[in-house]
Amino acid sequence: MRSSLLKLIAENLTIDRGGRRVFQDLSFSLSQGSALVVTGANGIGKSSLLRTLAGLVPLAAGTIRLEGGETDRLPQEQAHYFGHQDAVKPALSVLENLRFWQNFAAASVCEDFTGSTLSPSLVLETLGIGHTAHLPAAYLSAGQRRRLSLSRLLVTPRPVWLMDEPTSALDKTSEQQLLGIMNDHLASGGLIVTATHTELVLDRVETLHLQAADPAEQAPEEALL
Amino acid sequence: MTGWAMALFQRDLRLSVRIGGSALVGVLFFLAVVTVIPFGVGPDLNLLARIGPAILWIGALLATLLGLDRLFQADREDGTLDLMMMAGRPLELVILIKCLAHWIATGLPLVVAAPLLAIFLNLDPVSMGAVTLTLLVGTPALTLIGAIGASLTVSLRRGGLLLAVLVIPLAIPVLIFGVSSADAAIHDPVPFLTPFLILCALTLIAAVVGPIASAAALRFSAD
Amino acid sequence: MAFWDYANPTRFLRLVQVVLPWLIGFCVLAFAAGLYMAFFTAPEDYQQGNTVRIMYIHVPAAWLCMMCYTVMSISSIGTLVWKHPLADVSAKSAAPIGAAFTFMALVTGSLWGKPMWGTYWVWDARLTSVLVLLIMYLGLMTLWRTMDDPIKAGKSAAILTLVGALNLPIIKFSVDWWNTLHQPASVVRMDGPTIHPDILWPLLVMAVAFTLLFFVLHLMAMRNEILRRRVRALRMRAASVSRPGTAAATAQPAE
Repeated sequence: MRSSLLKLIAENLTIDRGGRRVFQDLSFSLSQGSALVVTGANGIGKSSLLRTLAGLVPLAAGTIRLEGGETDRLPQEQAHYFGHQDAVKPALSVLENLRFWQNFAAASVCEDFTGSTLSPSLVLETLGIGHTAHLPAAYLSAGQRRRLSLSRLLVTPRPVWLMDEPTSALDKTSEQQLLGIMNDHLASGGLIVTATHTELVLDRVETLHLQAADPAEQAPEEALL
Repeated sequence: MTGWAMALFQRDLRLSVRIGGSALVGVLFFLAVVTVIPFGVGPDLNLLARIGPAILWIGALLATLLGLDRLFQADREDGTLDLMMMAGRPLELVILIKCLAHWIATGLPLVVAAPLLAIFLNLDPVSMGAVTLTLLVGTPALTLIGAIGASLTVSLRRGGLLLAVLVIPLAIPVLIFGVSSADAAIHDPVPFLTPFLILCALTLIAAVVGPIASAAALRFSAD
Repeated sequence: MAFWDYANPTRFLRLVQVVLPWLIGFCVLAFAAGLYMAFFTAPEDYQQGNTVRIMYIHVPAAWLCMMCYTVMSISSIGTLVWKHPLADVSAKSAAPIGAAFTFMALVTGSLWGKPMWGTYWVWDARLTSVLVLLIMYLGLMTLWRTMDDPIKAGKSAAILTLVGALNLPIIKFSVDWWNTLHQPASVVRMDGPTIHPDILWPLLVMAVAFTLLFFVLHLMAMRNEILRRRVRALRMRAASVSRPGTAAATAQPAE
């Protein structure tokens, strides 16, 4: 058994977006090698939770820690965010796009997580878009862009993957491949937090179900500002 | 420069060269501004020579403002900005490098075009050189100050006009000392170096304040 | 609950309710005294005649347009450092007041300038700096209006306010360099005021009156802004009741 040193801990997360409280006092902890699947109705705050973990939405209260990670880096700097937007520049070639992220994003490895450091061309080959390497990314289809965006996660090792609807715009075969990649990441000691509507067959899964709170529990009126 | 900085610099430079020839549009706009001035004030060559440095500076200011609204917006729209903030690189430096790349792609061409446009305005070689030199030193400050406006308006769909309104008051000192030092080289009421060194100082101040303020604004705009 | 704990708008509103009547009273008294002194006790200028009385409006207005920016800068630090929502409200409500006083300073300045300079506008260093300040106020107000989310708008505006505060001395210095025509500042000097007391006293009383007026308007505007935000929050809540909006979470290990 691997030693469960890496641990993503969220305590009493509370966030407000646009003056509206999205969720309140949300806590969980996720240890190395497991995936947390966030479920819940549309608009309940799954994406907000992932973006909060990514450090993109400011916390109104609470803390996020990565235990066993690099102490001089914030948790979000040890995480990959794979969201709805592909962050692909159409004017650059596929390889240029990928090389940029490889050089720009800081790698984060620690004792318990070494991760994969594959060469960009190898990753593109694995994901089945190797033939497009020297084409401008403008010519890629939606699915191919998605895979290019995914390849970013494989060229820079980072222990935490935050994946918002990772299977969108992917066909069945690519979805299977994605699941394989995600399982490999878990097996190598990574952590995954993902929001999804579809069932994901992952090795070690925990679920976090978000549901609407009783309106009576909301902040009292006179505290509103 | 370390690897990541170089990668960012190259990427931004490549993007601005490949997309729409932003350098060319800026220079064309600069040319258009300089061309309309004589239609406004008349073709008096002596007058044009006198106000020439000012025209070139105002033209450069407007041309710089024109291209700034895409500085961060393009990266925000496709999600790149989110990833940049998570990249584990100091955001202030990231912004400084983006500004440098942006200046080389759009500001430097204006500086290069300035001596050519100075001919239209009947500037003698000395003032031509002086204006070009002040633009070379001063336009980076315009880009860096403009970056503050660009980051404040990054989430607005049509932020270009607001950006100009927000940035112009902040850019007034640069304009004043740019034109003063160019004038000082020609008429010498004051030694050239006095306003010129203040202009250099303004650029250095902008290089500190611009990235810090923009980084703060970008962090707050993330959502 | 941290967000609500930082500020207590309710307590603030209660405080406003108590303080405001007194403040309004003092303000009216100060204006009565100040205007009386300005119009009846203060002497005419031997050169400018009665037009010198514009000074009793112009100088306090000019003083307030600086003070208002200072209030906004301090509030902005409150917004950015302590994330205090009341600071945000304070900065936002101060901006239009500041713009109004700046506009008043400009108008009275140019009216005063007409008999002195023979034209309504000269590009004098002080007038120009104040004009730049007016543009900055208006820019800030526009920034506030164009952003939907009041919290994000507040933070953006706070950054711009502070950059502006950093820039104002530089702008002032540049404009002075660009044009030094006006007489040097003479109310506050290290060696004491050089203005005759007959003019100085009405000027000081008017400055106090204007300062009180600023605080009256500012408190009123802050109160309105708080109420406006409450309405917004209530509407947002009304919209989200029918759908599963606000969420609480439960973690269920599924192993």
